[in-house]
Amino acid sequence: MSPLPFILQKEFRQIFRDKTILAMMFALPIIQLIILPLAMNFDVNSVNIAVVDHDHSAYSRQLIAKVLSSGYFNITGSEPSYPRALEHIEKGEADIIMEIPTGFERNLVREGAQKIALSVDAINGTKAFIGSGYLNAIIKDFDENLPLNVTATAAGVGNIDIAYSNWYNPRAESKYYLVPGILVLLLTLIAGFITALNIVKEKETGTIEQINVTPIKKWEFIAGKLIPFWIIGMVVFTLGVLVCRFVYGILPQGSVALLYLFAAVYLVALLGFGLLISTFCDNQIQAMFVAFFFMMIFMLMSGLFTSVESMPPWARTISNLAPITHFIKVVRMIILKGSGMADTSSELAYICGFAVVLNAWAIWNYRKTS
Amino acid sequence: MQQLFVFIRKEFYHVFRDRRTLLVMFGLPAVQILLFGFAMTSEMKNARMVISDNARDVQSQQLINKIKASSYFTISEAVTDYRDVERAFKKDEVKCALIFPAGFGNDLLNGGRAQVQIITDGSDPNTAKTIINYLTAIITEYRQQQFPAAALPYKITPEIRMLYNEEGNGSLNFIPGVMALILMLVCTALTSVSIVKEKEMGTMEVLLVSPFKPVLVLISKAVPYLVLSFINFTLIVLLSVFALHVEIKGSIFLLFLESTLFIITCLSLGLLISNTTSSQQTALLICMMGLMMPTMVFTGFMFPLENMPWPFRVISNILPSRWYYIIIKAVMLKGLGFKYIWKETLVLAGMTLVLLTIALKKFKIRLQ
Repeated sequence: MSPLPFILQKEFRQIFRDKTILAMMFALPIIQLIILPLAMNFDVNSVNIAVVDHDHSAYSRQLIAKVLSSGYFNITGSEPSYPRALEHIEKGEADIIMEIPTGFERNLVREGAQKIALSVDAINGTKAFIGSGYLNAIIKDFDENLPLNVTATAAGVGNIDIAYSNWYNPRAESKYYLVPGILVLLLTLIAGFITALNIVKEKETGTIEQINVTPIKKWEFIAGKLIPFWIIGMVVFTLGVLVCRFVYGILPQGSVALLYLFAAVYLVALLGFGLLISTFCDNQIQAMFVAFFFMMIFMLMSGLFTSVESMPPWARTISNLAPITHFIKVVRMIILKGSGMADTSSELAYICGFAVVLNAWAIWNYRKTS
Repeated sequence: MQQLFVFIRKEFYHVFRDRRTLLVMFGLPAVQILLFGFAMTSEMKNARMVISDNARDVQSQQLINKIKASSYFTISEAVTDYRDVERAFKKDEVKCALIFPAGFGNDLLNGGRAQVQIITDGSDPNTAKTIINYLTAIITEYRQQQFPAAALPYKITPEIRMLYNEEGNGSLNFIPGVMALILMLVCTALTSVSIVKEKEMGTMEVLLVSPFKPVLVLISKAVPYLVLSFINFTLIVLLSVFALHVEIKGSIFLLFLESTLFIITCLSLGLLISNTTSSQQTALLICMMGLMMPTMVFTGFMFPLENMPWPFRVISNILPSRWYYIIIKAVMLKGLGFKYIWKETLVLAGMTLVLLTIALKKFKIRLQ
């Protein structure tokens, strides 16, 4: 008779005995999934701008009024000079300075060209970038609608009309992008950390010796560790999908069965990874640091927040070597775009490959004798 | 005093005995800062694009070549059928599609109104917006080159200056944030196990029966980690300067002073966690699982804090890393002095005081 059922019984008892950790395994990811996406917002809709108007003409006032009425900008100060405006940026009160030169209106009419200086706090990456984009568009629009230009432009020469559509998310709301990704990340964090700590804890308390002297096989030991956490992971995943549905109103467009198939295989891969870390480390602090190292890479390089394509080629390779990159991609494809089996088969092959390699490595690396 | 030194020495032995853990503690954060510094960027590059050119005339080809010449897009094989476009999106092979209707060039030259359609993958809304911005700019530029008459006779040109980051170094946006994130998590995790480990091993009893004061126990626990974290921070700064070419604009002395304060704040948080938990596993899970995501979200380097609904802005205030992020940006990248950051410094100092007081109160001098 296989000893596997007995090992499973032991593992389940150990898990259910520690109520604090059991509660944390479910509560931490779910609470974070409910709260964090509400706070995460890529949409830039309040850029603070300090204005230096050297001209005080009708044009400059119209332009400032136009910037203000666009709804994207708060004018935090009108200063007489650039150094005074710079102080707003230094104190973090403003993100952009718009400086309108002396004689702006007069010279525009006379010479046909004028410059407006925009100084952007480039440390605030996204805000600076998107904010100056908005401001550019507003200035351009202002320019086109100047009475001078409207009357002078030869109508109907080489116009190109551009029609836009955002598929799968017409209103371009970031929650559709973020919530499924965060669900995957939280599942990864909880399952990865807990399994990474598990075998190491037995090493530290010495109970692993008792298991090593029994005739239990290596794969049975690993399977005994893997199965209970796999079940917990699937429960967390289910809760997460329910949160997506009922809190955020995100209904999977594709097949739920396919989603679960991916989750099942992904969890095997991920747990294998956690166990592998566990077999390499001597104590819980080490295991935690190694797990932390990989989790940070998973979090920041998996395409969760920043696009993978924009990274340099070597970083893209690292990103593709992490199972989570593929799982996040697939979850977004299935939930948002309704992609089917045929669209995702190569990703499934990848994740299956990870599952086999990582677990085989963990079994191989687990030594019953030192 | 003599006693305190003896105890600090004991803690140092604990820490330095375990070479492998030491290597992990120094090595991993250093690798992380390099990895993220080089890899993370807020710019968009190589967005995959499919073009459906139903016009196949000189004008559409000119425009396609112009798009190809920019580094923003990677163009995959041209498709003709609209359904192929949809398939490419479903397979996640492309981020956007550009469709030229038949007769594009003819419309442009003769009718004066040509049309193009841009379809973006809205499941990634941020990239979608950026793609639309870039493509619109390229198309407008093409139009102005081909039809100088269409250009405005009275032209206002915005001249954009990137303050503090003239070369457009993309990693500058992330380095201070990643530094705050790594320091916060590492420092908290380090001390969070220190006391609970002794509880678990049973050696706490030995400490408790000694006439040593609780506050000194806490101090002696924290000192070796303070030294370690300080070295760790120095390493991270050196890597940022020499490998990632981040120029430290402000006073280095101030930077180290503020960072030491931040490290102490995090160590105090770790001590508090260590005093309130009963196993290393719980302590570590709280630090990693409980702090990792909130620290990332509420520090403000990924998501602008001003955009958050007000309850979250209030919540973000309790995270030390949020204040440290402001400080480190001001000192390191903007080169500002102490008078711009005294408020943030005061907040960190206050937090440290509160955390240490609670940690001390929670320190149980009885076993049960």
